[in-house]
Amino acid sequence: MSRRLRRTMLFVPGNNPGMVKDAGIYGADSIMFDLEDAISLAEKDAARFLIREALTSLSFGQTEIIVRINGLDTKFALLDLEAVVSTGKATIRLPKTETADDVLACAEQIALIEKAHGIEIGSTKIIAAIESARGVLNAPAIAVSHPRLSAIALAAEDYTADLKTSHTREGSELYFGRCMILHAARSAGIDAIDSIFADVNDEEGLRNETKLIRQLGFDGKSCINPRQIRTIHEIFAPSQDEIRHAEAVINAYEDALQHGSGLISLNGKLVDRPVVLRAQRTLNFAKAMGFGREVNLDE
Amino acid sequence: MKIETPVVAGTLESSDVMITLEPGTGGGIEIDLNSTVEKQFGCAIKKVIVETLTELGVTDTKVTAVDRGALDCTLRARLKTAVFRAAGQEGSLCQED
Repeated sequence: MSRRLRRTMLFVPGNNPGMVKDAGIYGADSIMFDLEDAISLAEKDAARFLIREALTSLSFGQTEIIVRINGLDTKFALLDLEAVVSTGKATIRLPKTETADDVLACAEQIALIEKAHGIEIGSTKIIAAIESARGVLNAPAIAVSHPRLSAIALAAEDYTADLKTSHTREGSELYFGRCMILHAARSAGIDAIDSIFADVNDEEGLRNETKLIRQLGFDGKSCINPRQIRTIHEIFAPSQDEIRHAEAVINAYEDALQHGSGLISLNGKLVDRPVVLRAQRTLNFAKAMGFGREVNLDE
Repeated sequence: MKIETPVVAGTLESSDVMITLEPGTGGGIEIDLNSTVEKQFGCAIKKVIVETLTELGVTDTKVTAVDRGALDCTLRARLKTAVFRAAGQEGSLCQED
């Protein structure tokens, strides 16, 4: 049950060598190199070459690497997929996902490239970005569309434009979309990633939005500036009390397993599966912050 | 492959390199390097340029490289971009592997 944390997904323009080479030093859980919106039409080829060379030459440590390709309806998408998938080193972020068929089409192309390059079939994962009302309404089908799908992500700017509204600081217009995506992800057993917070100078706004999406249940949030990483990680970090309680729950669970007891109690209170899972999640977040231990529970 | 018209790839930003390829004069790969780290890495940069162009089948061209501290992977990427632009191709990037 051990899973990679995705509290922060740092967007990095794919045609900026300085940003690409330094992307790993900021401590984001994931780095997302962008070949799509951040790249002008005239520089799509240059960005694709740069990211391919970077993936094959540079080390980003344990950080998850993701590449946002151009949309499947563009002439760039297949070239992007070929360049990235053939390295065997990155997850694909599929933009503008509106139906399960979009994921299936992407997965089919990925399988062909993996086969052609001797890469383990199925090893390249996909994150589907939901950017429209249609995508949100189809989120449950998208989330279960293919085993390669490891997360679905909300892209709030495009989504709110499609809704004929705008992304406000308070974010009430995103409530339905966020809940749809979250339920779809949880139902499918994959991660849910929230949108960017665009104003990098508004730390209070970022804090409030991150607290909201953490409470809703999201696994993390996209970010556009390294300055936002620390704030998001702080909000996702459990408190000392939460860690102490989680350790006690896991100890009680492991003790019960050792003694073959089906009933687990802690301080006179019944500890059932949801409590154990929540404790596991708390300790794994603590581990990512540099203290505590990782917990892998046998199902 | 022959470079018929001048092509440019890359920028003058820090950590990047701007590559210009021009038609050769029959003298092989001629390199005009302007680098902030030329004293330390000039020879290594020229070696990467020659190796990359040769791999892509370019053996006669004038290369102007204005380097702002690019890593080897950036240099290779900009060279490949320039060559594919010269060939008028969007670029199936795995062909040269």
